Amino acid sequence: MAIYSKGFRHGETKFWIPLANWPLISMSDEELIWRVSGGSGDGIDSTSQNFAKALMRSGLHVFTHRHYPSRIRGGHTYVEIRAAGHEVQSRGDGYNFLLALGDSFARNPQEEAYYGNEEIKPLSENLDELREGGVIVYDEGLLSEDDVAELDLEERAEENNWHVYPVDLRGLAKEHGREVMRNTAGVGITAGLLDMELEHIEDLMSDAMGGDVLESNLEILHEAYEMVGDEIEAEHDLRAPTGEHDTEQALLSGSNAIAYGAIDGGCRFIAGYPMTPWTDVFTILSQNFPDMGGVSEQVEDEIAAAALAVGASHAGAKAMSGSSGGGFALMSEPLGLAEMTETPLVLVESMRAGPSTGMPTKPEQADLEFVLYTSQGDSSRVVFAPGNIEEAYEQTRLAFHIAWEYQIPTIIIYDQKLSGENKNVDVEFFDREPEPGLGSTLTEDELAEAAHDNSGKFKRFQHESENGVSPRSLPGQKGGRYLATGNEHSPVGHISEDPDNRVYQMERRMQKLESIRTELEEEHESNQTYFGEEDAEYGIITWGSSQGAVEEAVGRLNEQGHSVKGLSVSDMMPFAETEVTEFLESVDEAMVVEMNATAQFRGLIQKELGRFGEKMTSLLKYNGNPFEPAEVVEGYEVNVADEDREPTAQVRIEPAAGD
Amino acid sequence: MSAFNAIGEEREIDRDEFTPGVEPQPTWCPGCGDFGVLKSLKQALPEVGKNPEEVLTVTGIGCSGKLNSYLDTYGFHTIHGRSLPVARAAKLANPEVEVIAAGGDGDGYGIGGNHFIHTARENHDMTYIVFNNEIFGLTKGQTSPTSPKGHKSKTQPSGSAKSPLRPLSMALNAGATYIARTAAVNPNQAKEIIKEAIEHDGFAHIDFLTQCPTWNKDARQYVPYVDVQESDDYDFDVHDREEAAQMMRETEDVLNEGTVLTGRYYVDDESPSYSQEKKAVGEMPEQPIAERYFDEDSEWERSYDLLDRHK
Repeated sequence: MAIYSKGFRHGETKFWIPLANWPLISMSDEELIWRVSGGSGDGIDSTSQNFAKALMRSGLHVFTHRHYPSRIRGGHTYVEIRAAGHEVQSRGDGYNFLLALGDSFARNPQEEAYYGNEEIKPLSENLDELREGGVIVYDEGLLSEDDVAELDLEERAEENNWHVYPVDLRGLAKEHGREVMRNTAGVGITAGLLDMELEHIEDLMSDAMGGDVLESNLEILHEAYEMVGDEIEAEHDLRAPTGEHDTEQALLSGSNAIAYGAIDGGCRFIAGYPMTPWTDVFTILSQNFPDMGGVSEQVEDEIAAAALAVGASHAGAKAMSGSSGGGFALMSEPLGLAEMTETPLVLVESMRAGPSTGMPTKPEQADLEFVLYTSQGDSSRVVFAPGNIEEAYEQTRLAFHIAWEYQIPTIIIYDQKLSGENKNVDVEFFDREPEPGLGSTLTEDELAEAAHDNSGKFKRFQHESENGVSPRSLPGQKGGRYLATGNEHSPVGHISEDPDNRVYQMERRMQKLESIRTELEEEHESNQTYFGEEDAEYGIITWGSSQGAVEEAVGRLNEQGHSVKGLSVSDMMPFAETEVTEFLESVDEAMVVEMNATAQFRGLIQKELGRFGEKMTSLLKYNGNPFEPAEVVEGYEVNVADEDREPTAQVRIEPAAGD
Repeated sequence: MSAFNAIGEEREIDRDEFTPGVEPQPTWCPGCGDFGVLKSLKQALPEVGKNPEEVLTVTGIGCSGKLNSYLDTYGFHTIHGRSLPVARAAKLANPEVEVIAAGGDGDGYGIGGNHFIHTARENHDMTYIVFNNEIFGLTKGQTSPTSPKGHKSKTQPSGSAKSPLRPLSMALNAGATYIARTAAVNPNQAKEIIKEAIEHDGFAHIDFLTQCPTWNKDARQYVPYVDVQESDDYDFDVHDREEAAQMMRETEDVLNEGTVLTGRYYVDDESPSYSQEKKAVGEMPEQPIAERYFDEDSEWERSYDLLDRHK
């Protein structure tokens, strides 16, 4: 069941979901939030992916959250899977089942080690967020008795009504196979304790492995599963939720969705340089392109990467590049060149916490101003900020359409959170025709009819056109030769500093942004997403990957009797002026939620709309972890509902202008 | 049927076709070596059977960057130092287009040095002409990566403390498979070398000595020049990497002592070009990417068919 409207066409009635249809998502017994923790390099990610798929196949909706250090071997990491019978768009508040596998690459366990006692972290680091009544399974084969004793686990368990099951997973794995199979043992115990059937887990194992490895793993899985009841007496109430999907489901990350949007948008050229978290999109396309006639180039630096995308596009490929903060900084020059030469281009920027190297594996939304304005001169680009997996696909596809139709660089800005989180999506969502057209590119027949100067040079950059777009030709086409240059240029592309020509060219390039705004409003479903009831008194506005937490918070606030609705904005440039204006006009007050310290998106709203400063407050988070719904709820209560207290979460509230 | 019918068109090609009607007169200073590059290119292109619309000339920034304002082909005047990544990607998108990149010594050996190394290393099938005037011209005569040690300029008032970069040796080390030096004062040799470079299947690097009479030296200072192939004083095999390396080193050593050596230094006809390598490993299609967008019979893959791995 959808709990928000997927958007609407302008002029049509907005579709707001009545409150009665909101699922009760705050009840812990209706959902499982399973956290599997261990060390980097211990296979936590693949174990969690398979478990998430098994839950999805059993009919549940799933949403995953990945927490990891910037290290390859060792260091505490976890993946959290939220599973429920209803749609889940966000992390939950805390979690209710911990499988602590131990960190087999833990360094320097002695007291003075820089990162503390890493061996115990898969257990110790995760206790604060475990809900009352939660379940803990830990590998007593890897976590030492003394270390566990130091945690006062027994006492804390009693206080919080936790159910603790120490199991020698490592020993079990060694007995039937190899030590690395302890993840399988952990999954077996989990399934046993949650009363799940093993069918889907077995299927997924059979898909991924074969021979002796499969045999051993299946043996370990069953052995562990059967320990529950035989050796382990389960005394907790938590069980796997049940559910049913109406249609076939697929589990995808934001990076998958962006890569697939590019494929369906006709992209067949990518150039890049590895950098977390952008590497995922680059990798997915590099692995798929050989089978679909595409070319992927890993090159010397990000200046080259973006310049290659410009060169490939100039010669006729639908091309893209991308990076994360520091790498994207190097792309500023080729980005400006694409703006000036009106070369179609799609770039993606996967934000991580900055400045500089910042926190490479942690999410933040602090590159908004950078992506909007980097490169010299006036910006002439399109920027979309998808807020969930489906939007990541839709808006990447749309980016290719807009870029090639309007000959303008189009940027997808997203972050580490959206990049790495997995969610189930209807398979049929992807059942649509690809769009491989080259937009406003002429054929040779069309070129024969097009405007040329007296010497036969094609007028690639005409002074005036209906929507600002002047059609392009490609090298090798007969009758299409022209000069492209980063200098200001005449209609045939030769360098020109004539004032009249300058004004014509500037205004035509700027006109494209107005035409794009018009097309977005008249020909496409809105990229903005709405939650709650239309006549609510208060608003929460957000952008990008904070959408899910805000959506859930709006639901809960309404359950608590608050009159509040939400808006998640994707059209950053050209800005969704009409929709944001309407939203802000309709509420008494609005809180803008974003993961940065300087309220960049609130600043953008004020810059674009020139008003509403006194209506907007901010809820900001920049500690490297994404918002949980409860933090948004609390922020609202303190901030908008004027409750006289400080937030308990590590967030900052910024008052409205003039307050 | 191709969507790019200028490519491989069978017809007589007149040298004048390469002179753009809109800007027939270059604005370079009188006596500038850049005229020599332009003239030899205009001669070489028809002789290798290339017409203006099957050639893409990609330039950087500087006096040399204006080359494609005065050479009527498809042109892309990019940004400082970035002609090579733009050019090589154009070649990957449509390998049928003849791609020529050009820029100055600051552009190619300084700010774009990283791209030079990697484009040579990858052996893209293209020609790269570096207008080497041993100075920054368009910014008014500052010391460049190839300026001699001790070169005085407004930004090196006591004389440069740096030794000049060795362009030929650098190209060889990086992996270029055709390496030559020519000079604006020798247009016949230049034309022949450009023809060979265009016809070479791999990365062809031409270090083109272009005198800068305004800031540096006039043509007389590149005379007399010696063609190492024609002179009896030099004997080495251009196909032999070791001998080529030695000849390059000597050439670079004596340039600032007044001996101008030019000619072919290294030719490797055996190594496959980057496109050939990439096709061999299965990561580049036979049909040019650019052609496919115009091919109405093409069946485009879609992500819907990739979803099994996610179910």
